[in-house]
Amino acid sequence: MATVSTSEFKGGLKLMMDGDPYTILENEFVKPGKGQAFNRVKLRNLKTGRVIERTFKSGDTMETADVVDTDMQYLYSDGEMWHFMVTETFEQYAADEAAVADARKWLKEQDECQVTLYNGVPIAVTPPNFVELKIVETDPGVRGDTSGGGGKPATLETGAVVRVPLFISTDEIIKVDTRTGEYVSRVK
Amino acid sequence: MTADCLSDCSREILVGRARLYALIREFFDEQSVLEVETPLLCQRTVTDPMLDPFVCFYDAAGHPAKLPLYLQTSPEFAMKRLLASGVGSIFQISKAFRNGEVGRHHNPEFTLLEWYRVGFDLETLQNEVEALFCRVARAFDFQFAVERTTYCEIFEKYLGLHPLESSLDALKARAEESGFYDGQALCGDHRAHWLDFLFSCLIQPELPPDCLLMVSRYPDLLPSLARKAEDDERWVERVELFLGGMELGNGFHELTDPVEQEQRFLKDLAVRKQEGLTSPAMDDRLIDALRLGLPDCSGIAIGLDRLLMILTRSGRIENVLAFPFLRA
Repeated sequence: MATVSTSEFKGGLKLMMDGDPYTILENEFVKPGKGQAFNRVKLRNLKTGRVIERTFKSGDTMETADVVDTDMQYLYSDGEMWHFMVTETFEQYAADEAAVADARKWLKEQDECQVTLYNGVPIAVTPPNFVELKIVETDPGVRGDTSGGGGKPATLETGAVVRVPLFISTDEIIKVDTRTGEYVSRVK
Repeated sequence: MTADCLSDCSREILVGRARLYALIREFFDEQSVLEVETPLLCQRTVTDPMLDPFVCFYDAAGHPAKLPLYLQTSPEFAMKRLLASGVGSIFQISKAFRNGEVGRHHNPEFTLLEWYRVGFDLETLQNEVEALFCRVARAFDFQFAVERTTYCEIFEKYLGLHPLESSLDALKARAEESGFYDGQALCGDHRAHWLDFLFSCLIQPELPPDCLLMVSRYPDLLPSLARKAEDDERWVERVELFLGGMELGNGFHELTDPVEQEQRFLKDLAVRKQEGLTSPAMDDRLIDALRLGLPDCSGIAIGLDRLLMILTRSGRIENVLAFPFLRA
């Protein structure tokens, strides 16, 4: 496995720490004029998503993590595993529940998403920023009410529940921001 | 983003730099402080274990051995030799070079303003720093406050600790309390390292952004080239400037005692050897100059790239450089 020194640290670099893969979010070189140099680094654990801060002595080396983000198409779930395919190569990958995590509620068959592979195994799934999903259940629409205030819960075809305006009814397709879980607009 | 071969630096910032230098020269001209120039490429260099100089070689045809030369990490030693030569108060706007230092606030080649005032104590020098900053800030329409404090006061204020009397365990516990768990690996049992670490991680980020803070009376663990305080040997007459969350300058009531200076050099070299660093010969010409007599003086170095960052509200040092390190 390749190693990198702190002088090569930058955002996006993937490292191994305590047996887990991490990605660098921010790296700051700190050097008091007459003191010891070090790097203050903010990292995200790619398995748990937790963000931590660490300091490294300048010149220290770390092992890089064999982690790549790959665009894939979501195929289906068999209830236990979620299956994805790289559309150019038809290579298929199966992700377990821990890897899919919260992304599962936004996954619709044939949607493109990003799968993070660690040593060739999916460890995280990032849904597209915006998804278009059909409403399978919500209280009857209130005609004429176009205000955004209030709203009501709506269950989507993937099982996700989002708050939608009162004028939206069952069977309509809506656009949702997966990063916030919020309704964006109605899709005609 | 422009082509890699062209400068990203705005004309406004280039003009700002030219203006800053003109203001500095005007200021010192009024005070009758002489502008000087000293070599950047020298046969000797600092012994400070925390500084890594660039080394290069003089290599003339027929010359028996390659002569190592060092790009200076600051013009301090040469300027002190000038002072010992009896030229009086001097200033210099100089390039300085430090290997391995690249970051938001660091470029391996940078510009320093360094000046020495014969007969000034640290207090008087700080008055002059304040006057210079006021002059410059006015020209850049930059508002700032000024505050003077001591290392001990600031430690007690921000950390509730005494830099010398609190136990090492108390320093460690304080770092962990704020989420810094790696201090031990970085600092071991070196109090000096712990003090720097706590200062950089827990104090500096909390300092008010638009206040020129002058921190004086450093612990004797962090003496550098400062003389000891007359009233209490545990402290040295060193001052550090902070503004905009950055360390901006470092000044001393200069050590004039050649014996003590030589001892500090030897101590540095012992540490360098112990840590497996290169061991350059100490600057014997500086020691000789001190023996012949360095006049009582105070001096300070200020990073002009960082000062320009603050005056132009730039977030990164490369914003104020025509061609930063990676494109130099």
